Amino acid sequence: MSAPGTAPQADAGVLLAGRGINKRFGGVQALSDVSFAIRKGEIYGLIGPNGAGKTSLFNVLTGIYTPDSGNFVFDGAPLDGLKPNEVAKRGIARTFQNIRLFANLSALENVMIGRHVRTRAGVFGAMLRNPATLDEERAIERRAFELLEYVGVGRRANDLARHLPYGDQRRLEIARALATDPKLLALDEPAAGMNATETESLKGLLERIRGDGTTILLIEHDMKLVMSVCDRVLVLDYGKKIAEGTAGAVQEDPAVISAYLGGDVALNLKGAA
Amino acid sequence: MRAILDTKGNPKLAWAGLALVGIALLVLPFALAAMGTAWVRITNLAILFVFLALGLNIVVGFAGLLDLGYIAFYAVGAYVYALLASPHFNIHLPFWVILPIGAAVACMFGVLLGAPTLKLRGDYLAIVTLGFGEIIRIFLNNLSQPVNITNGPQGVTLIDPFRIGPFSFRDTEAFLGLAFSGPIKYYYFLLVVLLAIIVINLRLQDSRIGRAWEAIREDEVAARAMGINTRNMKLLAFAMGASFGGIAGGMFSAIQGFISPESFILLESIMVLAMVVLGGMGNVWGVIVGALLLSFAPEVLRYTVEPVQQALFGRMLVEPEVIRMLLFGFALVLMMLFRPAGLLPSATRKRELEVRR
Repeated sequence: MSAPGTAPQADAGVLLAGRGINKRFGGVQALSDVSFAIRKGEIYGLIGPNGAGKTSLFNVLTGIYTPDSGNFVFDGAPLDGLKPNEVAKRGIARTFQNIRLFANLSALENVMIGRHVRTRAGVFGAMLRNPATLDEERAIERRAFELLEYVGVGRRANDLARHLPYGDQRRLEIARALATDPKLLALDEPAAGMNATETESLKGLLERIRGDGTTILLIEHDMKLVMSVCDRVLVLDYGKKIAEGTAGAVQEDPAVISAYLGGDVALNLKGAA
Repeated sequence: MRAILDTKGNPKLAWAGLALVGIALLVLPFALAAMGTAWVRITNLAILFVFLALGLNIVVGFAGLLDLGYIAFYAVGAYVYALLASPHFNIHLPFWVILPIGAAVACMFGVLLGAPTLKLRGDYLAIVTLGFGEIIRIFLNNLSQPVNITNGPQGVTLIDPFRIGPFSFRDTEAFLGLAFSGPIKYYYFLLVVLLAIIVINLRLQDSRIGRAWEAIREDEVAARAMGINTRNMKLLAFAMGASFGGIAGGMFSAIQGFISPESFILLESIMVLAMVVLGGMGNVWGVIVGALLLSFAPEVLRYTVEPVQQALFGRMLVEPEVIRMLLFGFALVLMMLFRPAGLLPSATRKRELEVRR
């Protein structure tokens, strides 16, 4: 599958490039020939109407599905055929649209589990509790506390994840993802269900994460948030890329406007012409 | 229990409590022996069931993989010991050689069961493991032909007891004016192993590995997305649980001196699972309580049902066996209604940051 002319070239500034990604579920073409490039240090938005293929793209990227064709190059090496845990190890951490915390574990333990992939202790370390294991455990716990403070749920460290308020659960998911030391943080609708104040403080958090050197890929329906926080935006509709560019440019794009206003409007406009 | 274990909060009370429990456990077999040696044997079997329940707790309680064929690993351990320490093949290896072999063989079977079932969860996994347990039992029943390996339904007899040099666990010896019978010696041995297994379980739970298991139990997709290799972690849970079962099986062989496939029926798997569920899945102390309760209850009933009925009705109306299953079922239904998470549900550990930034 050759990538179309818009395919990104190998570029020192590019952290993640997708080339001609296709994914089909039965009769539905969830993604067709999607190419994009995310640069290091940017907040990259992924938007589109419901069913446009945003979450499918996430799932293909993070190894939950394998693409029918096309590939990703992340940090200079391909992600072909990697399992979700291997993708996480390579440095892509994600959150889920419908929150998937470890509900019956404490907030702190959720974040500690995020450290799994960057730590080593095995069965014998666990049983013998040798100094190296104990040191590692202390470091895991300290880092987890730090991350909880960082996202602003430090006070709830010992509460069960399922007892946290909704907004805090979203933040906890971000802390858990950050615990894997990601180079790319992929957030699936982090502002869903948040009120204006919470969204505003989420925006602050995203900018802080980016400021601390982590690139962010953001699926979001809240246009105000997307337009104010994203450097560049990719717009999908029916699995196709219809626009990519700065937030301002994308907003003006007629294809994007018609996708959001609905196909009928676009058809009517065409018919009238 | 928690107050006793809290050596930091109130050290004096905690150590005093621990010392009391320790002394009680040391004196216990002599008190039981006074009631009859049978009670010491019953206690030993109860401890073996605690081992089994703790092993199954790793698979079911920590990793959340419903295993209905767990007794198969107990059977594997028991037969490894029986075949390597009996006149059947005329091999008589010492127990400290066989127990690790038994654990390793059971571990291998654990991986053998785990590998093809990695993608299954819940009911589907339960059905496959149930089938696995039955396959092992049926093999043991039929591997007497064409080459006689297991001696079929007759089982293996005259299995060696534990022996260290001239010191055999079967003979009674007098020491400090006390009669140390075989079961009492086994009791002390089991007590030491029990302590080790409890420590291992507690440490495993509160470790990187234990957290990974809990993550898989809570949400496998999220666990994978966090970089946990769920395949390896599940295999590890199966392997660890199976090794525990294998060790328990070896000790069972030695203590009983006779084993047959009869001892490893489906009902036993269900009993061990009931111990885990009744006690509190995932909580080591709860599982121990569950195992002890379900091990002792039938024995207590055996000795009380008849006299009680004689006193009430003047004759025996219902056999103890029948009443036992009735009460079990009743107890489990009540549990599910009033304490669905078990007698001692697992609680979250509270952590405080030792060094503030």
